[in-house]
Amino acid sequence: MSHAANIVISILFDGLAYAMFLFITSVGLSVTMGLMNFVNLAHGAFAMVGGYIVVSLTRSLGIDFVPALVISAVLVGIISIPFERFLYRRLYKATDLEQVLLTIGLAFMAIATFTYFYGPIPKSVPLPHWLEGDVNLGFRTFPSYRAFLIVVGAVLVTILWYAFERTNIGARIRAAVDNRRMAESVGINVDRLFTLTFAVGSGLAALGGGFAIQLFGLTPYFAVLYLVLFLIVVATGGLGSLKGTLLAALVIGIIDTGGKYMFPQAGNFFVYLVTVVVLLIKPAGFYGRE
Amino acid sequence: MTAALDVKGLNRSFGALHVTRDVGLSLEKGARHALIGPNGAGKTTLVNLITGVLKPSSGNVLLNGEDITGWSQAERARRGLARTFQINQLFRGLTVLENLCMTIGERDSNCNNMWRSAGAKRAVIDEALDHLERLRLVDDALKLVRELPYGRQRLVEIAMALAQKPRVLLLDEPAAGVPSSETHLILDVVAALDPDIAVLIIEHDMDVVFRFAREITVLVQGAVFTTGTPDEIQRNEKVREVYLGQEHHHG
Amino acid sequence: MAASESMTRSAEGEAARSRAAEFLLRRHYFRWPEALPWLIAIACFFVFPDRMTFGSQLLIMIMFALSLDLILGYAGIVTLGHAAFFGLGAYTVALASMKLGWTEPISGVFFGGAVAGLVGIVVGWFILRYRGLTLLMLTIAFAAMLQEGGNIRSDFTGGYDGLPGLTFDPLLGRFQYDLYGHTNYWYTLAALAVVFFVVRRIVYSPFGQALTGIRENVRRMHAIGSPVHRRLVTVYAISATIAGMAGALFTQTNAYVTLTVFDFDASAKVMVMLILGGTGRLYGAFLGAAVYMIFEDKLSKMSPTFWQFGIGLMLVLAVMFANRGLLGLGDKIRARLARWRAP
Repeated sequence: MSHAANIVISILFDGLAYAMFLFITSVGLSVTMGLMNFVNLAHGAFAMVGGYIVVSLTRSLGIDFVPALVISAVLVGIISIPFERFLYRRLYKATDLEQVLLTIGLAFMAIATFTYFYGPIPKSVPLPHWLEGDVNLGFRTFPSYRAFLIVVGAVLVTILWYAFERTNIGARIRAAVDNRRMAESVGINVDRLFTLTFAVGSGLAALGGGFAIQLFGLTPYFAVLYLVLFLIVVATGGLGSLKGTLLAALVIGIIDTGGKYMFPQAGNFFVYLVTVVVLLIKPAGFYGRE
Repeated sequence: MTAALDVKGLNRSFGALHVTRDVGLSLEKGARHALIGPNGAGKTTLVNLITGVLKPSSGNVLLNGEDITGWSQAERARRGLARTFQINQLFRGLTVLENLCMTIGERDSNCNNMWRSAGAKRAVIDEALDHLERLRLVDDALKLVRELPYGRQRLVEIAMALAQKPRVLLLDEPAAGVPSSETHLILDVVAALDPDIAVLIIEHDMDVVFRFAREITVLVQGAVFTTGTPDEIQRNEKVREVYLGQEHHHG
Repeated sequence: MAASESMTRSAEGEAARSRAAEFLLRRHYFRWPEALPWLIAIACFFVFPDRMTFGSQLLIMIMFALSLDLILGYAGIVTLGHAAFFGLGAYTVALASMKLGWTEPISGVFFGGAVAGLVGIVVGWFILRYRGLTLLMLTIAFAAMLQEGGNIRSDFTGGYDGLPGLTFDPLLGRFQYDLYGHTNYWYTLAALAVVFFVVRRIVYSPFGQALTGIRENVRRMHAIGSPVHRRLVTVYAISATIAGMAGALFTQTNAYVTLTVFDFDASAKVMVMLILGGTGRLYGAFLGAAVYMIFEDKLSKMSPTFWQFGIGLMLVLAVMFANRGLLGLGDKIRARLARWRAP
């Protein structure tokens, strides 16, 4: 295999893994923002909390990595419900700025709390042996962990696509994203729908956070560091669109990985450049409305 | 003589939904024209097309003979096209007087001025007060708009449109949302409008329509059903079926 | 005009008219409480002579927050990338000093402001067509691109290590910089006074009124013929200029600049300061910046974690209970007192 082809495949593979991480973590944010027009900057904090729950479950309780991921996602999903019910719900009618400020405030509080309990040093998790090392796909080997992430991501994309496009609930969500008032007038309980999507979205964010530990290292600052990235994915993909989030995640994931391979000094420059270009051409994102 | 407002072959679709079909309309100077039709006929959409909030898929809008089809909302407003909204669009956090001064300021491009204080132009304030006086709103001048009852807010909405010194005025259901005890305030104002202004009014209340209009256009499902004098419309059987029949269930 | 309307006014009618007119005519007059911040600033020089470097940085932050108030508080533009213009001003002055030998401070500040303002016109013209999340992301992305771009050319900009040891001429040819930062303090105070005077005039002008209209109801503004986009670009450029001037002063008073001036954190911090003090009030910038920086100075050294938690909590409480900032709270308290005193 030629050197150049090898690099391209590496970029695509790593980019795909990164894209899956972005998708899993951001899809909840996109749907909730599209559904309720609510700017939730605490979303990154949910991911961070999910990561730390996985850390505690695996290190202190000896639970295996994969079950810990699932438990963490479910836990965070459940915990998010009272947040939505008692705090966020009051602000649906508030201005964008107020929503931004409140949720950023929550994110800061979360970061400070977890810094207090876990300290600022990045944590790692013990991985099962089948996730360490490489998996051989014939023409070359790939790191197992990222391969696993890609597989999980693909499965989730399929499940979510099916739920969105083929189930009753999915149809209701799509209707409400499209035109909330009309949806309410045909009897769709948008409030309950929102609680559900919020819980699922937060749970997925936690799952993403769990995966992030091994990819980027987990510190409390994860909540805001990657928040901008999640917002970029959501904004360029289009609010409330599954397809859009996936496409944006792929574009951002692959371009950022490629950019960092070829021009390591440029950092996130290419991601921001893509953001500006996409938004100037399609201000509502790839698949956003209006 | 050139019409004050001329609308020709206006079309507009939202995806597969063809909301405005080949609409034509003409207002001469001083016109008193009513636009009626069942709910969902596309009346407000038509007003939005005329004022520039929406761009038509095809067709032309002419203001005093000038083709304004490609113009922005603001450009049309500065050329003398004013409108009121079906739901009040006011500066709720500002006082009534400031609302009016803002309108006059933008009309005269006074708002390009960054240096002199807004209060320094006495003429603007005086004119604003004149408009308020005509609508008996002077006592409310220093009240915040959001503190006023809805009926008086509606009057402010009309005052703002009049303060633009329009040549063509589009009123979108001016009495909508106003408690019945206060509707006469609105209707008196409408009746007393400057005879030189061409006025198009969207209304549901047929009493108002027949009292006010000299010409009526009936819009059904986005297309012009028929146009005529109040007598002609009243005698038209098909209009009764399509619209006035529904009206009696309205109440 | 109906025939029955008579234009002769009663005495009450005449009185109501003059009252209304007087209110608007008088609104821009200086009121005595407005002298307070300046008196306090002058007094601080004598009461805390050894905290003058902190004082200069505070005054610079106030200027930065003022620039944000113009666009956020008055025009309603929500941006989390205003540090871009602060940074542009800061680097313009630094590079002008290093590469062009331009070390005269006052003209340097104007130069830094001008560069930031020009960029503001161009950027604003493109991005102010949008609102909401789109605009927010564009502002964030622009500031980030400047930062990353600066890092790519770190040979030019000094990267995150920055450009140390910058030199500037004595102020007005006479006042040399001293170790205690006394000259800097009066310099920044004078600059802030000039900028504030200009901003205050703008805010009370018809243009400023139009900005408030755009913030309150942009649909209405379009309908009455306001060239909304042009107004927004104009105020954005003015705001960028002032932010650039604040950045220029920052470089001059520190004799040092690094790419951290473009941090997302910096944009978020100045917004928090302004929200804390109260938007759309001009003096909110003074109060918010002062309270924030003084508390940060004391508390964040004791425990950065508690400080961060406190900021977060403050933001949450502010949105839930005091969304007009400290000045807004002050208004509410004054209103309560008035009601209590006159039942």
